[in-house]
Amino acid sequence: MAIVAQSSRSGRISRATLAWIVGLLLFFPIFWMVLTSFKTDADAVKPEFLIFFQPTLENYLNMTENYDYWRFARNSVITAVFATVFALSVGIPCAYAMAFNPGRATKDVLMWMLSTKMLPAAAVLYPMTFLTKSLGLFDTKFLIIVVLMLINLPIVIWMLFTYFKEIPKEIIEAGQMDGVNTWGEIKEILIPLAWGGIASTALLCFIFCWNEAYWTVRLTTTDAATLSKLIEGNRAPEGLFFGRLSAVSTAAVGPIVVLGWFCQKQLVQGLTFGAVK
Amino acid sequence: MGRIQLESVTKSFGDTQVIPPLDLTIEDGEFAVFVGPSGCGKSTLLRLIAGLEDTTSGTVTIDGEDVTQVSPSKRGLAMVFQTYALYPHITVRKNIAFPMRMAGLSGAEQEKRIMAAAESLNLTDYLDRKPGQLSGGQRQRVAIGRAIVRDPKAFLFDEPLSNLDAALRVGMRLEITEMHARMKTTMIYVTHDQVEAMTMANKIVVLQAGVIEQVGSPLDLYRAPRNLFVAGFIGSPKMNLIGGDEAGRREAKTIGIRPEHIDIVESDDGVWQGKVGVAEHLGSDTFFHIHGTGLAETLTVRAAGDVALRHGDTINFKPREDELHRFDEKGMRIA
Repeated sequence: MAIVAQSSRSGRISRATLAWIVGLLLFFPIFWMVLTSFKTDADAVKPEFLIFFQPTLENYLNMTENYDYWRFARNSVITAVFATVFALSVGIPCAYAMAFNPGRATKDVLMWMLSTKMLPAAAVLYPMTFLTKSLGLFDTKFLIIVVLMLINLPIVIWMLFTYFKEIPKEIIEAGQMDGVNTWGEIKEILIPLAWGGIASTALLCFIFCWNEAYWTVRLTTTDAATLSKLIEGNRAPEGLFFGRLSAVSTAAVGPIVVLGWFCQKQLVQGLTFGAVK
Repeated sequence: MGRIQLESVTKSFGDTQVIPPLDLTIEDGEFAVFVGPSGCGKSTLLRLIAGLEDTTSGTVTIDGEDVTQVSPSKRGLAMVFQTYALYPHITVRKNIAFPMRMAGLSGAEQEKRIMAAAESLNLTDYLDRKPGQLSGGQRQRVAIGRAIVRDPKAFLFDEPLSNLDAALRVGMRLEITEMHARMKTTMIYVTHDQVEAMTMANKIVVLQAGVIEQVGSPLDLYRAPRNLFVAGFIGSPKMNLIGGDEAGRREAKTIGIRPEHIDIVESDDGVWQGKVGVAEHLGSDTFFHIHGTGLAETLTVRAAGDVALRHGDTINFKPREDELHRFDEKGMRIA
């Protein structure tokens, strides 16, 4: 007994240590970024100010005053929110149909949707640029919303499909017998029952939209530019100003980290589903 | 009103035909039970009537109206599922109110019907609970309540008692039968349990592999099974089926005799002789399994509860000749 207890205790300690190491490794770059954002550009590259330095808000003030942070932030919010809403309004009926009325091709369609994620984005960069420019859509929020929605749609449908599959088919059938039409089934039964799953899908989709940096950087210049573009813009033209870059980056990822923090419970609940039966 | 008619209805899943062309009429107010072994197509048949499955061909009519292409929600039928299929996110009250809300009934009318249903189903104390807080029996009552308040043309029951324990099952069986006697609404009930079929139905439909083997009242089926399948399926314990010489002597391929139609006799004028095997004492009755001399089959014999026979005893017994059923080589009844 004693041996078992001892070995399990040492096992616990080593597991905890390992978890801390992994956690710190993952957390460190973010910590470093936040720390650097409070240094002046000059201090940021000096090794003697690695940990101890005179903190300053200069970078943040500079960012809001000279770089129009709020416009980029507003664009990020608008595009991510609308892209998520549209992705859900297409994804919910779609996943519903595939979960409860599967046809012979349902599995293939699901695989095909996922396979679109395998296409390297760079492969269609030029067609996309020329197409959007000639259609007059380049650098519009509309375009960014559509693009964000489309690139996240496969994930959204897959996640919703998995949640919907958990709902017993009889409950939907009971609804049909009770006199609801298809829209009623979705509104009265499906959405309330899969609420946790839908919420975590929405959250994840929103995070993906917010973080997207390939298309948002390449298909915008000013009008529809998001925070990703702001970071990108602070990197290249004026050389490497680490303090300012860190401040911009912190301000860009901050909202999403806070959002994730508050929705942690919802996320976990959604991802571990199973309260329906 | 609720007269349901199936005409040349078929159902295939892919290349597999589960229901070959089938005709069936269920009269208004009837309590029809579909019974058969699992996989015989009885649930599929019920779902075709409900509209939850599309027919491959043929027509379904309710009160003379062709509903083959009509969606389940517009057929005016109510269904009770084996798994209850309650809405887990809303209270019992809201579950029962759901179909009425969908039909746009007034709040007062809804409340009136909810209270009436809850009272008749002993659910008054549970109206504000969620389904997850109820026992299996209570959940099934809620499911029945949800069906009743709609005032449907017919009730469809898909093995509603299978998930309940034995004692509860007998109680619910009575309640549903009672409910039918009171409401006189058409009911179609699917079960694999022939006891349920016998006790509840006024019309039994025996199915095997999607084919209707026989339709009739419980006693019709019991007294005059049309073929060997029905003979073996209806009645508990099963009818003894005997082939060989004994059947040949009576000009049949197979003869059937129910356990209660065999008498144990004292003297040796018994037709058959055999050794007692297992005895099942039920108190009121005893079922003896007897290995008859010269008979290939082990026979079940029903005797009074106090018959004192032991394992290994040799006895004489004989069938009541006028209660014998004879079947030809195709397994069909010989009149």
